[in-house]
Amino acid sequence: METMVARPEVQKRSNDPAAPKIKIEGLDFFYGKFQGLKGIDFEVAEKRVTAFIGPSGCGKSTLLRTMNRMYSLYPGQRAEGRILLNGRNILDAGTDLNMLRAKVGMVFQKPTPFPMSIYDNIAFGVNLYESLSPRDMDERVEWALTKAAMWVEAKDKLKQSGMALSGGQQQRLCIARAVAVRPEVLLLDEPTSALDPISTAKIEELISELKADYTIAIVTHNMQQAARVSDYTAYMYLGELIEFGETDQIFLQPGRKETEDYITGRFG
Amino acid sequence: MSAGRGRYRRRLFVNRFNLVMSLATMGFGMAFLLWILFVLFQQGFAALSPALLVQDTPPPGSAGGLRNAVVGSVLIVATATFISTPIGILAGVYLAEFGRGSWLAKATRFINDILLSAPSIVIGLFVYTVYVMQVSHFSGWAGSMALALIAIPVVVRTTENMLQLVPNSLREAAIALGAPMWKVIMLVTLKAVRGGVMTGVLLAVARVSGETAPLLFTALNNQFWSADMNAPMANLPVVIFQFAMSPYDDWKSLAWAGALLITLTVLVLNILARTVFRQTAVR
Repeated sequence: METMVARPEVQKRSNDPAAPKIKIEGLDFFYGKFQGLKGIDFEVAEKRVTAFIGPSGCGKSTLLRTMNRMYSLYPGQRAEGRILLNGRNILDAGTDLNMLRAKVGMVFQKPTPFPMSIYDNIAFGVNLYESLSPRDMDERVEWALTKAAMWVEAKDKLKQSGMALSGGQQQRLCIARAVAVRPEVLLLDEPTSALDPISTAKIEELISELKADYTIAIVTHNMQQAARVSDYTAYMYLGELIEFGETDQIFLQPGRKETEDYITGRFG
Repeated sequence: MSAGRGRYRRRLFVNRFNLVMSLATMGFGMAFLLWILFVLFQQGFAALSPALLVQDTPPPGSAGGLRNAVVGSVLIVATATFISTPIGILAGVYLAEFGRGSWLAKATRFINDILLSAPSIVIGLFVYTVYVMQVSHFSGWAGSMALALIAIPVVVRTTENMLQLVPNSLREAAIALGAPMWKVIMLVTLKAVRGGVMTGVLLAVARVSGETAPLLFTALNNQFWSADMNAPMANLPVVIFQFAMSPYDDWKSLAWAGALLITLTVLVLNILARTVFRQTAVR
């Protein structure tokens, strides 16, 4: 028997072709006169984690904020091109933004608990689109907190203010809040950049579990994090999508020199 | 090294000089405040009597109290607060949440700033012209209108400033759940700053409860008991104004008592506002 040279097995995660949940075609984005995104084309696969990496200001957060049209809050910001969610272009003028955002949830860099109890933080979003009996609501809150790995810590203080929690707990509360409305897509904008390593590990674990049910897009500055949690990775630079592919391929055999320089730390 | 020492000494001197100057300035201001409070407490407490809240304003030379004036002031100020609070909060919400950068918001903010610094006597004359002259009589309602016009810009300004302190991320988080704007405001942003907004309302109440000039043209005064808001109404500031200027000692002493009452009320309101505000600032 010959011993083989030890070589880390490249896990074939995505031989099963995942259907695209979001399809982006020729997307340009403008902050007033400044063009923040230039001709972006790619697909976010259903029930997979897609990571966006790149140096600050490369447009990865901007790209994320087009997928729930968060930018529409700000006059002067506009997107051109097409973003198809379940085959329908969400950039169309007639899109119901509240319904879109109920389907495409978002968690932000800084934890943003509402000034109300833990229970009400979660019930807030659910009450917007469903009318549940108190019993069903209790169940939903428990379900969402369990999904966000918060139930054990929070079950005895559901009536306490969400703002009294630690930073990591607040962020998991925000994830629970986003999950509770049962969105189809979850957008995570640097969800762990304000957290300590233990909270970060918990949230990464959570992301891996959530992808069984949700399509996830995550922006991160942490390359190890992208490598750990994502199935697909997009490298962006100066508003352009430089390279996009399966995470293993991007990290092990990047096709472009710029990508390789960035992920090996020679640049950025 | 020696040059360095020289610089250090100079810095010590400048530091000490500035400290002494700022202490002296504070002492100057405090001295007058304490002087005013001292005289007011001395004269006011001497004039306090059980009859103050039981009897009405007397004719010169006989015993009496300030019951009608106190009740009148409370009614007029309460009505003014009732009118100005919703209007002020709604306008402040518009400025902070909807009108960002729009020309209408800019114009509203500008006009509000002018109103904020408008002399109160002008407000009194305005209500006199558009209301009192039309109905041909002074009234408590007219007094409330004038005070409300003074309170509204204060409430607008504090509400807007408080809402601007809400981090945009909180607003976006609520919107990202698919919440319509009015729910975001009612359930999240306004709720996050309700202590600060309440502080603004209390400070507005404190501000108007001592106003005299606008009431001279609107509520006027009433020597007798009256709780009819549609008739001329007694109120503390005008009673103080009238009694303090009179040659009668018993009227003068009642004026001191009234001044003490108003000052203590305003003081309590201010302290209340500050403690409420501190509680929300911590959270």
